[in-house]
Amino acid sequence: MILGLVADGLLAAGILALALACVATRRAFASAALFIAYGLLLALAWARLGASDVALTEASIGAGLSGVLLLGGVRRLAGLAEPSPDAETGPLLTVLIGIGCAAVALAIGAAVLLLPDPAPSLAPQVAANLATTDLGNPVTGVLMSFRALDTLLESAVVLLAVVCVWALAPEGGWGGVAGPRQPIVRDGPLALLARVLPPLGIVIAIHILWVGADAPGGKFQAAAVLAAMWLMPWMAGLAPAPRIDARWLRLVLAAGPALFILIGLGGALAEGAFLAYPPGWAKPLILAIEIVLTASIAVALALLVMGPPEPPR
Amino acid sequence: MSLLADGFTILCVLAGLVFFAAGTAGLLRFPDTASRLHALTKADHLGLGLVVLGLLPQMDSLAGILRLLAIWALVLLASAATGPMIARLLRRQGGAS
Repeated sequence: MILGLVADGLLAAGILALALACVATRRAFASAALFIAYGLLLALAWARLGASDVALTEASIGAGLSGVLLLGGVRRLAGLAEPSPDAETGPLLTVLIGIGCAAVALAIGAAVLLLPDPAPSLAPQVAANLATTDLGNPVTGVLMSFRALDTLLESAVVLLAVVCVWALAPEGGWGGVAGPRQPIVRDGPLALLARVLPPLGIVIAIHILWVGADAPGGKFQAAAVLAAMWLMPWMAGLAPAPRIDARWLRLVLAAGPALFILIGLGGALAEGAFLAYPPGWAKPLILAIEIVLTASIAVALALLVMGPPEPPR
Repeated sequence: MSLLADGFTILCVLAGLVFFAAGTAGLLRFPDTASRLHALTKADHLGLGLVVLGLLPQMDSLAGILRLLAIWALVLLASAATGPMIARLLRRQGGAS
């Protein structure tokens, strides 16, 4: 009991220290590295709270994928010129930004401290109605049935992010191969990982997706693993990036959200509410959405890391 | 029997933690990147291996045991690959700082 408290206290102190260091450090690379460590400790905290689904997502998306995106951003920033001294914020703006940030932190802290005790919860309703979805994992039940609209919007946001990254394509780059050209690595550790890991990782991703119905797991975590299994051979130069005007690529990207919306509209016709599943059909429909969405999100996440196409040299 | 298993778990996990502590000390105290990498990968391999070995008797199913071993094997692979990757990058940059 006491030992558990000590461990939790150390974890909380570590998270706070890493968050502070991440903001306070002046070097972009160190900041990104600290952010990844911060995400991993946060995943541990979620695991200690018993929220395994959130812990998995935080580790794969929050620390892993966001970390890679941040590191890519650091590399791109390093290629740019230093900002001129004129562009620096004046003292007034600095103070205003400080006041704004402090106000947000105070408001969030107050909101958490002022929560009624016991905190309002819909968990009993979810537990009572979970049987109607034929799912064993209440988190998946909430994500795919009771609050399916949120999940639909999340998947659409990922798609929107890909559109935004592509919109950054420089002159002459539009429609080209996504991301910088990767030199072929024939031997060494990266080539080994790129060959050995994907078969294992793809099986693990399918496992994570499949157990998501009854145990912690699901499409976002599975998609992050799948995206990594594509990115590794890409980094080793063994798997070329796709052209962003490829028909199949756009079909896969749009298929998940499109199927989600179609099934939602079907629910509106059959049951009178958008995203309502007909009785007895919930599990197969949810499974279909999850499988197709996994493919869409995996491709989208990989494309986010690859970045916008570059102009031909 | 369960007392024996628990004792084995405690001994192995503690021994694993010793390696993690030694690896962390090496990471903080060693003078150059190559030896820091050495300390780090050894701690990962042996420390995690001992922790996994200690947890094996606590599993109630063969699937759980196989999953633990798979985690260890994957971490071994990842850390055995990233160590040399960083070392190669270092050599190409021509410095050991």
